[in-house]
Amino acid sequence: MSDDTQDHDDHSGSRRDFLYLSAGAFGAVGLGAALWPFISSMNPSADVLALSTTEVDLSQVEDGQRITVKWQGKPVFIDRRTPTAIEEAESTPLAELRDPETDEERVLTPEWLVVIGICTHLGCVPLGQKASEDRGEWGGWFCPCHGSHYDTSGRIRKGPAPLNLPIPPYAFLNDTSIKIG
Amino acid sequence: MSAGTNQTGGTNSGLVKWIDSRLPVFSYLQKEYAEYQSPRNFNWFWNFGAILTFLLVMMIMSGIFLAMQYQPNTALAFDSVERIMRDVNFGWLLRYLHQNGATFFFIAIYIHMFRGMYYGSYKAPRELLWMLGVVILLLAMATAFMGYVLPWGQMSFWGATVITNLFSAVPLVGDSIVTLLWGGFSIDNPTLNRFFALHYLFPFLIFGVVVLHVIALHVSGSNNPLGVDPKGPQDTVSFHPYYTMKDSVGLAVFVTIMAAFVFFAPDFFGEPENYLEAAPLNTPAHIVPEWYFLPFFAILRSVDFDILFIEAKLGGVIAMFGAIFVLFVLPWLDKSPVRSAKFRPVYKWFFWIFLIDCVLLGYVGGKPTDAPVFGGVESFQIIHLGYITTFWYFAHFLIVLPLLGIFERPKPVPKSISEAVLGGGSSGAAATAKPMEKA
Ligand code: HEM
Ligand code: FES
Repeated sequence: MSDDTQDHDDHSGSRRDFLYLSAGAFGAVGLGAALWPFISSMNPSADVLALSTTEVDLSQVEDGQRITVKWQGKPVFIDRRTPTAIEEAESTPLAELRDPETDEERVLTPEWLVVIGICTHLGCVPLGQKASEDRGEWGGWFCPCHGSHYDTSGRIRKGPAPLNLPIPPYAFLNDTSIKIG
Repeated sequence: MSAGTNQTGGTNSGLVKWIDSRLPVFSYLQKEYAEYQSPRNFNWFWNFGAILTFLLVMMIMSGIFLAMQYQPNTALAFDSVERIMRDVNFGWLLRYLHQNGATFFFIAIYIHMFRGMYYGSYKAPRELLWMLGVVILLLAMATAFMGYVLPWGQMSFWGATVITNLFSAVPLVGDSIVTLLWGGFSIDNPTLNRFFALHYLFPFLIFGVVVLHVIALHVSGSNNPLGVDPKGPQDTVSFHPYYTMKDSVGLAVFVTIMAAFVFFAPDFFGEPENYLEAAPLNTPAHIVPEWYFLPFFAILRSVDFDILFIEAKLGGVIAMFGAIFVLFVLPWLDKSPVRSAKFRPVYKWFFWIFLIDCVLLGYVGGKPTDAPVFGGVESFQIIHLGYITTFWYFAHFLIVLPLLGIFERPKPVPKSISEAVLGGGSSGAAATAKPMEKA
């Protein structure tokens, strides 16, 4: 048929294109598969992941005292909050918050606030763990790097940080100790 | 002299000829670095390519010898650098050369780039040459950033924390990218290790791109202060001995200035905080990057407001990377057919305003955002100066340059280099245009 000859002359490209494209696609997938182990090796290794829980004894922490513990290389702030601090955190209307979360959603018991002490802007450690440090306008934490203020629930109130201080996964083992991670 | 001997650097050595006919390195060097025809009117700003090449070699040398003593482990790194400073023979010299060498590398790179902007060296046919230069700038920034982490001081640690966290602004995958960069959940030993590996690698990548940069240069030929192409032999001189000599003189002056810092003020550009060992739970009050990053840091911080659906953090990151990206497209933003600012009466002014803008950005980047700019005027803070200078940085490229291409009326450009610099001498061309001032 005349169609046949046409196929060979004019449209022969389309078959070849198909071969090029499928060969190219296989090549790309193969390359990606070959690269994967290299990229993956850069992610946290098993030994780094194994260090991922920390137990903390809370019996020595006094009312209103804050302590810092290290979990996965990161500072975790533990705050035994005073009744005033709890009251302030609970009474804040959600409409005032950049990253709206109630205080109840952020604690297991109101007395203990446990947050990761890393500013959600660019990762500095905010000040405020010692009473002598600047705790910002809301009495929580103040990040000196670019001026982010956090409240007594660790929620962002002012400055460039977009999010509240994150809550690590943790559970109470008994009344006076917790396990983070 | 026969053509053959000339090609191999004028030598008659049988060995050289034997090698050259099998691997033409000698005739290549002769052609590209000796006979290479360069415009006869270079000024001192054309020295910086040679200076940069020297510095790259110096950085690689000092770096390799430092690496023989350095320990890329968080428990040992800080002490190993102090040991280099105190106990290793000439260790202080290796380290101060390397540390100040990075500073002077950026001084040279910035002068080299502003030279290109003033004389329009990025215009056709040199677009790729310019873009390869921007790639070198990016690689040098990455190299210097990772190198600064190695001594494991407080600024090393917190600078790295802030900069790697920039990537967390990327929507959806941001946090995974940061974990991947760190190899953990904070800057820690895996991070230091990989930064050392990459800090060792990148200068060699730079070297490779420099080779491409020079190949591209030798295809189009060098630009010159007049921005007109050489028309013939009367407009050029051979690279050797004319510019090998001139480059050597400039290099000697530059190295003398650098040596003055290395020997008499080695910590002038440094940050005292970095002589304290990294403390992951204790952020210093002010985190400032090295001076050569300050303008970009200022742009990052100046976007502290949401733009439509882009929140401030991401916006700042986009602006900072955009500030470098815009350099890639510069050849297409500047539409003026005239290269040299000498003949562009309006562009000339905007060039200097842009230069001042960049210096101001550097100033802004080094100050706390809420400090007053002038003592006494409390309401005008550094952040406001940051808004203005950041706006101008982009306006220069995206508004001023395209408009100048349309509205500016350039001055008459000389017919040839020799006519301009010799007053119409050897080219034999009649004095069709007034002789220009000597370049
Ligand atoms: C363009 C080239 C290079 C640049 C811009 C550069 C930049 C830097 C910077 C800024 C530092 C920190 C200096 C300090 O504050 O102490 C550093 C440290 C270091 N660099 Fe490089 N570097 C380059 C090439 C190399 C090469 C090729 C090596 C070879 C392995 C190397 C090895 C090191 C080592 C071991 C340190 C840590 C010791 C120290 O801090 O003095 N560098 N580099
Ligand atoms: S890192 Fe905390 S405000 Fe920027």
